[in-house]
Amino acid sequence: MRKELTCIGCPMGCQLTAVVEGNEVVSVEGNTCAKGASYAKKECIAPQRTVTSSVRVEGGVLKMVSVKTAEEIPKEKTGSCMKALKDICVKAPVHIGDIILADVAGTGVNIIATKNIDPAERALA
Amino acid sequence: MAPEIWEVRFMYDVVVIGAGVTGCAVARELSRYDLKICVLEREEDVCCGTSKANSGIVHAGHDARPGSLKAKFNLMGNEMMEDLSKELDFPFRRNGSMVLCFKEEEKGKLEELKRQGEENGVKGLRILEREEIRRMEPNLTENAVAALYAPSGGIVCPFGLTIALAENAYVNGAEFRFNTEVASIERVSDTGREGYLLRTDKGEIRSRAVVNAAGVYADTFNNMVSGRKLSIIPRKGEYRLLDKSTGKFVDKTIFQMPTELGKGVLITPTVHGNLMVGPTAADIEDKEGVNTTAEGLEEVALKAALSAEHVPGGQVITSFAGLRAHEAGDDFVIGEAEDAAFFFNAAGIESPGLTSAPAIGAVLAEEIAGRLGAVRKEKFQVERKGIFCVSTATKEELADRIKENPAYGNVICRCETVTEGEIRDAVRRPLGAKSLDGVKRRTRAGMGRCQSGFCSPKVMEILAEELGCSKLELTKSGHGSYLLAGLDKENL
Amino acid sequence: MRKDYDIVVIGGGPAGMAAAASARESGITNILILERDRELGGILNQCIHNGFGLHTFKEELTGPEYAARFISKVKEAGIDYMLNTMVLDISPDKEVTAMNREEGLFTVRAGAVILAMGCRERPRGALNIPGYRPAGIYSAGTAQRLVNIEGFLPGREVVILGSGDIGLIMARRMTLEGAKVKVVAELMPYSGGLKRNIVQCLDDFGIPLKLSHTVIDIDGKERVKGVTLARVDENRKPIPGTEEYIPCDTLLLSVGLVPENELTKGMGIDLMRATSGPKVNESMETSREGVFACGNVLHVHDLVDYVTQESEEAGKAAARYIKSGLKRGAAVEVEAAGGVRYTVPSSIQPENAEDKIVVRFRVGDVYKDSWISVYYDKERILHRKKRIMAPGEMEQVILKKEELQKRMGLKKITITIEEA
Repeated sequence: MRKELTCIGCPMGCQLTAVVEGNEVVSVEGNTCAKGASYAKKECIAPQRTVTSSVRVEGGVLKMVSVKTAEEIPKEKTGSCMKALKDICVKAPVHIGDIILADVAGTGVNIIATKNIDPAERALA
Repeated sequence: MAPEIWEVRFMYDVVVIGAGVTGCAVARELSRYDLKICVLEREEDVCCGTSKANSGIVHAGHDARPGSLKAKFNLMGNEMMEDLSKELDFPFRRNGSMVLCFKEEEKGKLEELKRQGEENGVKGLRILEREEIRRMEPNLTENAVAALYAPSGGIVCPFGLTIALAENAYVNGAEFRFNTEVASIERVSDTGREGYLLRTDKGEIRSRAVVNAAGVYADTFNNMVSGRKLSIIPRKGEYRLLDKSTGKFVDKTIFQMPTELGKGVLITPTVHGNLMVGPTAADIEDKEGVNTTAEGLEEVALKAALSAEHVPGGQVITSFAGLRAHEAGDDFVIGEAEDAAFFFNAAGIESPGLTSAPAIGAVLAEEIAGRLGAVRKEKFQVERKGIFCVSTATKEELADRIKENPAYGNVICRCETVTEGEIRDAVRRPLGAKSLDGVKRRTRAGMGRCQSGFCSPKVMEILAEELGCSKLELTKSGHGSYLLAGLDKENL
Repeated sequence: MRKDYDIVVIGGGPAGMAAAASARESGITNILILERDRELGGILNQCIHNGFGLHTFKEELTGPEYAARFISKVKEAGIDYMLNTMVLDISPDKEVTAMNREEGLFTVRAGAVILAMGCRERPRGALNIPGYRPAGIYSAGTAQRLVNIEGFLPGREVVILGSGDIGLIMARRMTLEGAKVKVVAELMPYSGGLKRNIVQCLDDFGIPLKLSHTVIDIDGKERVKGVTLARVDENRKPIPGTEEYIPCDTLLLSVGLVPENELTKGMGIDLMRATSGPKVNESMETSREGVFACGNVLHVHDLVDYVTQESEEAGKAAARYIKSGLKRGAAVEVEAAGGVRYTVPSSIQPENAEDKIVVRFRVGDVYKDSWISVYYDKERILHRKKRIMAPGEMEQVILKKEELQKRMGLKKITITIEEA
């Protein structure tokens, strides 16, 4: 199977053509450097993405806290990851790195906070 | 004692259709009398139609044909404006105006314009020669061979004027019903008293007298009750508004004699220190057609370049279009319809309508009061205080104000330096703002160079808090102009 | 009414925080940051996506995480800062007038001022897009704040004009949060955004990118109902007959950033046309002695890491100015030529410089397989091949102080692009 993709390694944005056989990239064309080949190999077999979003906070100085997947997750899990965050509401205080949701969408990866949110009272004091 | 039947049937002495500058001026002047007044407005706020999108010019009065109503009210309005601006606390500046002449052979026409102005009663008119023009306005083209200078010309904030009139009318007892659209008007009589039944989308309203100040729709309402048909043509005018850094490009309002490109455009500072160029003049069919067009905006730039080659076009912060209510007879139609007693027109109010509004209000109110046998109230609140303006306050005034209310120290709109205190006042005051545009027109929050990019989320926060509603209910300008569609992830 | 400061930093975003922290490290203890928002961090707080800090921290952070590292630095260093505080005016002798709820109107006298006010987005009006003015037209940054910080979706069916990184990032954010992004239109024949963002923000979700297209009409009297796109010719003028109406309820504009230099202008400081930011020398010092500038107020950056580096240089220089003053006298002009739109700095006084002087610049077009060349007067001293250069990516060359000092009488340094 041939796959067309754009290399993200640099602004060149080479148009790559990868030939995939089973679970293996057997050849890459169109790349102008080594980065292109390794990108195509990873992107064709198991594309991964970091997902970022915001979830609601109760009792904080702000109403939302930004979050991310602690590591990259399989690209096709992006949608179910977002759905899993839909009804999440955490209580302030929140600290960077706090686990907001463990093992999101069965990926084994946690959703963690990327921002510190102080409780509302402390902000007033 | 039971009220007389007519009091039950006629809820109001006067209903004014339209809360534009004319309707609000009439309401304000009527509110000097012991009359029950109601202003009906289909939009959610005052100043939402023609009044909100025009040049903001207080014309000297040389353009109108001598003997016309335009000439009469223009002169009268111009004379009233300064005192009124102090009485009602809105921004006005008598900056003077020039009409530029680009051809030697047309100097005669300029002289003619001067004579016409003098016949209309305009004072201080003077022909300027080339050198004097450039001395007064160094950025103007050298191609201007002469100009008619009118020291009595001025600039005013159209929102400021309209809102001030409305607030003062309200404080003096006039009622305002917004989001109320009149569908029909019918002559009725009850127990010997003549009057009108107005059917609106919010129910029926009866009134002894009606004032038709409906802008581009004034013909529709007139034609419902009068055989003397009016025909209002919406005449679109497109404008470009420039950053305040360009506000001193010209000091006076610069008009043009008509050229081969047709009627000219003006270049003017606004009373808030922006520079404005426009308008075009295109007769259109759609009375809601307030969209700008690529051709129109280009025409504005092209024509403005005749007056000044280096108008800093790169500093445009917004463009807009307004519709003038041009009546086929080419003059204002003011006063009681001959064949419809107690139906008073203020129709065909195009330029110099903004200038004329205070005069139209005064004259019409007097006529209506006379016909209804109303007497002046003992207590009439003449003065109105506007919103404290942080950007123009002195340091001492500001320091005192913040001490009194810290919200005046919290800047929300950074481009125009508008504070939380001003925005809360705009919502809380009589006929307060209910939308983002309502706040903008009252405080200028969002009117600056970033065009509300930074402040709109913060203004929304304050609005929701003051109105006690969810942000999801907030609108830009009423009706279906919702600002937000929902919550994150809501429909995942 | 309050004590004076050696250095007052205007703006507590990435630039202001880095400048303040590095001035502190250079030994200045008396520093104040004035920030208009409710927290330090500036625009990073709403940039919740990842991709920040690869140069500075050698790891990939989100905007708030990157900001938090500097917020900690500022706090640990005991640097004074005031939030919700708007600077209204800076006098030529560096008296800063500001206000907030608690203090009211107040002034601070500064030994040195570092301008770090950032930039703002160009609004619709600047593009003269015709049409109606309904609700539902947002700049991408405003939408970003609404979605990421406030939790609201500004619209459900979205067209985005402008394919710079903010436009691309918002295409993904809106999509992930449940909106349908119908198309991203770009006036230029190329995108100003990173390839990674085109792939991961558009391609991942099947969002089409239409290059050489613009919005020529906005429909809808209350809320946006649709926009008309058209292809543009090489002069960026719409081509008749290529119009396409796209129903939508939202138009996001990501059409450029403008440094916020109103305070700068108020001080009578010289600005550069190409950047809309102040002209600075090797010390990031503006045309007014003791007033420095860094970050997006100086020129718009694409990477926050570069903002940090530049701002650290500004902080150090300001510290030097306070401690020992800067050398005055004839400086070497840095000229942008042949495809280089501008350089920062635009003049160098070698004696004031650190050992290495970073000259940052942008090119005006896409260049493939071309050379960056640096001339000292007529002599070419650097000729470096680049496979690709684009207006969206900031470039830099590093000059050595030693080399400059060796060349007595050097008048001009020219930075230019030489094509194959």
